Amino acid sequence: MTDYDAIIIGAGHNGLICASYLAKAGKSVLVLDARGEPGGCASTREFAPGHHVSDCAQWLSQFDQSIVKDLDLKAAGLKLGKPKATISLQSDGDHLVIDGDTISGAGVDSADQAAYRDFKKMVRSFAKLMTTLYRSRPPKLVEQNWTDRLTLMKLGLSLKLLSREHLRDLMRIVMINIYDVMNEHFSHAALKSTIALDAVTGTNMGPRSPNTVYSYLHRATGEHLGQTGTTQVLGGMGAFGQSLATAAEKCGAKIQLGSSVTTIAKTDDRITGVTLDSGEQISAKLVISSADPSTTFRRLLGYHQMEAGMAKRVECYRSRSGTAKLHLALSGLPSFTGLSETQLTERLVITPPMDGMETALNPMKYRELSDLHIFDISIPTIEDPGLAPQGQHSLTAIVHYVPYAPDIGWEAGKPQLINQLISELEGYAPGIGALVTTSELVVPSDFEASHGMTGGSWHHGELSIDQALMMRPFPGSTQYATAVEGLYLCGAGAHPGGGLQGLPGRNAAKEILKRGAL
Amino acid sequence: MSDVSRDTMLLTTPFHSRVEAMCDLNDWGNWMGYTTPNAYFDIELEYFAVRSTTGVFDLSPMNKYRVTGPDAQRYLDRLITRDVGKIGVDRVGYAIWCDDNGQVMDDGTIFRLGEQDYRICSYQRADDWLAWNTLGFDVTIENESEAVAGLAVQGPTSCTVLTLLGCTDLNQLKPFGIAHYSFEGRPLMVSRTGFTGDLGYEVWVPPESAEALWDQLFELGRDYLIKPIGSHALELARIEAGFLQANVDFMPAEEVVRVGRTRSPFELGLGWLVDFKKPLFNGRSALLKEQEKGSRYRFAMLDVEGNKPAEHSFILKGDKQVGTVTSAAWCPTAKANVAYAQIEMPHGAVGDELVAEIYYQRELHWTRLLAPCKVIDAPIFKSPKRWQTPAPPH
Ligand SMILES: Cc1cc2nc3c(=O)[nH]c(=O)nc-3n(C[C@H](O)[C@H](O)[C@H](O)COP(=O)(O)OP(=O)(O)OC[C@H]3O[C@@H](n4cnc5c(N)ncnc54)[C@H](O)[C@@H]3O)c2cc1C
Repeated sequence: MTDYDAIIIGAGHNGLICASYLAKAGKSVLVLDARGEPGGCASTREFAPGHHVSDCAQWLSQFDQSIVKDLDLKAAGLKLGKPKATISLQSDGDHLVIDGDTISGAGVDSADQAAYRDFKKMVRSFAKLMTTLYRSRPPKLVEQNWTDRLTLMKLGLSLKLLSREHLRDLMRIVMINIYDVMNEHFSHAALKSTIALDAVTGTNMGPRSPNTVYSYLHRATGEHLGQTGTTQVLGGMGAFGQSLATAAEKCGAKIQLGSSVTTIAKTDDRITGVTLDSGEQISAKLVISSADPSTTFRRLLGYHQMEAGMAKRVECYRSRSGTAKLHLALSGLPSFTGLSETQLTERLVITPPMDGMETALNPMKYRELSDLHIFDISIPTIEDPGLAPQGQHSLTAIVHYVPYAPDIGWEAGKPQLINQLISELEGYAPGIGALVTTSELVVPSDFEASHGMTGGSWHHGELSIDQALMMRPFPGSTQYATAVEGLYLCGAGAHPGGGLQGLPGRNAAKEILKRGAL
Repeated sequence: MSDVSRDTMLLTTPFHSRVEAMCDLNDWGNWMGYTTPNAYFDIELEYFAVRSTTGVFDLSPMNKYRVTGPDAQRYLDRLITRDVGKIGVDRVGYAIWCDDNGQVMDDGTIFRLGEQDYRICSYQRADDWLAWNTLGFDVTIENESEAVAGLAVQGPTSCTVLTLLGCTDLNQLKPFGIAHYSFEGRPLMVSRTGFTGDLGYEVWVPPESAEALWDQLFELGRDYLIKPIGSHALELARIEAGFLQANVDFMPAEEVVRVGRTRSPFELGLGWLVDFKKPLFNGRSALLKEQEKGSRYRFAMLDVEGNKPAEHSFILKGDKQVGTVTSAAWCPTAKANVAYAQIEMPHGAVGDELVAEIYYQRELHWTRLLAPCKVIDAPIFKSPKRWQTPAPPH
């Protein structure tokens, strides 16, 4: 007799979703998380008196809508803001606005617009194909069974449905980089770099890195998952996590927060449960981890508990990150050159042209701070005023590229970098610095400490083709099962990867139930 | 032994000056990057030295890795398929190791030199794999291939010769035992191990002792008809005695690029080296699955009719090709024509009668021969001397 059917490590969105589906199927499930609140990277924190920000993920743009329905998240309190346009800020104040399939401003002409529509059409058909793969478990490379063949057949069919040119294009571009693809399609510099930004967001790559087309398509699946555009969650991203926790409990799962798992227990050749930092031991038929693969296998299980080839794969698994967050508490609403007040609530991005993006990346490689950054900005307090004291606002920005451990160290590095970032913002929002009452820079190593993912990696491990689909996180531990009997994965480190998508958690639960592993 | 020789790009062993002096045929081969004699004076006479008196084989090119540290035993237990705990201090164990797919990477011997002090002696270079295996273990791996020179001293008079050299009471040493001596002020280690299936030893010394060791051995052994032997003679002896050879009878898993060309321990007749009682070792889960599902191949020793070695032959069952030969030789002592073959399941069980399709050539004339053969259950050469303690006087 075990204490539970399944223990899920991590009450991030994927852990909670996996728990919900399993509990719905009548399984007894315990979800454990080291943090005090549910949601993992979907979290809200008060970083200055009265200022609450989504302190890790800030945009909901690719969440699978079937999960919203299955788990009735609306009833559980999930409220989304309005879909946002992306406004790419230009220093002359003539900004590029991307709203759905239309682009305007920044001198775009009808040729650019037509090119953009064609590009979107192509991307949409590729992303649709990927969505087929994303909604099911990834087929195995060898030894497929019928489920895998079906997935491949569906994929084959979808490939056939692509026009011949599109098919040829997909084969060609998926292995190259977004830089070349942008240059093939567009001549407008800001348009190119704004699209390229979506390809490098959350990665450790520049526009010229291979795999950036794949990561762009990964984000583009959002549209097919039923999400209409980029939105903010009312109440902050933590409210999203909270709604999932409410749903999971309603399904019958038990959630225990403030409980850090120190080891995944194994006797002979099977997982038996977990040990907590309190020393408590809890047993279960299965342990399903939504912690990242490096944490799960290296730290919690231990290399000595697995075969050496697997230890090697874990050791070689890449999970670096160049993504930081800047949080500013503002005494009033800032003003951006060329933006109306209502536009301030949209998604604002600042990026140099593509060559500049590469230049911005370079210092990170050598553990140095850059003097040029890429910003993905939200001022959530306009749509959701309750997040800040009356009349005040907060600005949060996803910032690229920030080294994991700069040579000068973070004690000296942070104040320097915060000043640098604010002065870069001043170029678009003159006077913003004077409004800042509190500033905070959260770097990858901080995320590692606060949210538990190795390297602070957005996707729990770089989402590149060698670590994606049927190879995610690595061969031998795909399809949510791992090479270790009784240990499963359900987090962003599993197929199809990171971002607030919910699919790893959902697919893992379905796979476990289908296998009759419980 | 790291000097690059003047004539070749190959390395030379610490015995090279002596080996070269005795290599009348000047017939050299490349063994793992070292220049080593294929034959010294006559393959058959060298072979008969091993079987009737003493043959000396320079095995310095073997790779030697020292494994030490608090986790040494646990490390090895995860690395190899058998239970390392069963190898006592000053004992040697034959072992194989697999990758995670349960495919054999190499075979070798594990020398236990202390509580947590082991030496792996392997055919293949294994630095990379052994290093990856240290993840999660408190062990140190040192490649001491160049720090240890070795000679195989094999044959009925080998114990006597080594005793004359100063290895007191060597006849008391059990098979797979290790004894420590000193030679000219430096350590000399003897293990009762070998590749010939008869009474025999392997002698291990620091490279500085190599030349003196060789000189004294041949001096003291002269009356016992000691002879140097090259790799061709050893090849004959090992086939007769039933030993597999990496790169010949199986491809080391790490070197294989084509799908399906690797072999599992079961497919090499080495299932007895796999101990599933151990909760974890590389390849365990794959091998458990194979045990359930069945293997693809069976390793078979064949007694082939006639005297034409079935080298590279196809093996037929009726009209159907069911296997191929990996090693074959006419074995002079056993007076038998032996072949090792990989046979597709379900064929190749002991007693199965098959046909070897042999091609041979005399003066540019090729002949095809269909030689009936039978799967035998044990090596054709069995010497009781191999297992006797005290070692029998000749
Ligand atoms: C800076 C940053 C910004 C991002 N912005 C966005 C965004 O705007 N939009 C978007 O869609 N995605 C964004 N992402 C990516 C997204 O947040 C993640 O991919 C996603 O949240 C991963 O979800 P998860 O449930 O798989 O894992 P997590 O949310 O990481 O949850 C894993 C949980 O496991 C817990 N855990 C780990 N180890 C243990 C242990 N030993 N014991 C107990 N508990 C443990 C952790 O505490 C954590 O709560 C961002 C990521 C980062 C780093």
